[in-house]
Amino acid sequence: MAEIRVNPTRMELKKLQARYQTARRGHKLLKDKRDELMRRFLDVVRRDKELRLRVEASLKRAYGSFAVAEAVSHPHMLREALMLPKGTSELHVTYRNQMNVTVPDFVWRETVAGKSDTYNYGLAFTSGELDSALSELGAIRDDLLLLAQLEKEAQLLAEEIERTRRRVNALEHIMMPRYLTAIRTVKMKLDENERGNITRLMKVKDMMLETRYKEKHQFFPDEEEESG
Amino acid sequence: MYKIGIIGHAADVLCFSPLGFTVFESENAENAGTVLKNAVKSGEYAVLFITEDLAADLGEEIDRYKNDPLPAITVIPGRDGGKGYGLANIKKAVERAVGADILK
Repeated sequence: MAEIRVNPTRMELKKLQARYQTARRGHKLLKDKRDELMRRFLDVVRRDKELRLRVEASLKRAYGSFAVAEAVSHPHMLREALMLPKGTSELHVTYRNQMNVTVPDFVWRETVAGKSDTYNYGLAFTSGELDSALSELGAIRDDLLLLAQLEKEAQLLAEEIERTRRRVNALEHIMMPRYLTAIRTVKMKLDENERGNITRLMKVKDMMLETRYKEKHQFFPDEEEESG
Repeated sequence: MYKIGIIGHAADVLCFSPLGFTVFESENAENAGTVLKNAVKSGEYAVLFITEDLAADLGEEIDRYKNDPLPAITVIPGRDGGKGYGLANIKKAVERAVGADILK
């Protein structure tokens, strides 16, 4: 593991300690974010899965009805009948912020001329089966949109969770241990310097005492014998 | 204002035209890939549906837009029934987020 190389000074120690505290706080926050994202993601995915199963079943039924409609109509007539949409329609997209993830919401707006609920084809050459097939399809249109929205949301949340998980892991297993090692190293070096200083001072004190002792005995050589 | 597009074989997607979807008929994956790329590039489509049989060969192209808020590219089954590609996509997202498939 690559180490953080810093000068062993008190200034650097304080800086490292501050960085470690920031990393720890960030780690806690990101872990909380990951947990909340996960909760929301699982909720979305469950709804998505349920909706998908329902939509797929409905689509299958609608395709079945459409196959019947195809069987009783001429292909060219059918193509012509299906050429034009019921009315003018547009999709409105609004954005929602989900834990700092921008998620789109889709709203479908359709304007039908004359408020008619019939499709844009003549009744002479088309069959009743086509009407029912289209009404079946029309019924699942909103579900299809919701499915697209939920799948997009799930994908975006999954990406954010993956990124947050990587960050949490990087902080937990790389950054924080590195800071701790660096702090320990700097502390040990500072302690070592302190010990070196104390030893040096003790030594100097001893030398000074020795010098003073010698000086004293040089001028009063008999003092020791008398006192002794 | 955006539109909804649907890409697939004519037989699968033609019926979506009266609902207001823009229909892109594609008979093979290569053509569908180009259509998809152009539709995304135009910026007009917020939602693009693509049928499973074509999406199966366009995984890479679809994944490219996965992390963008728009467009939402959703796989739907074609007339021959679903092969579970849509559910597989959900599982993939779960695996990506959780690290394991917990939907079993």
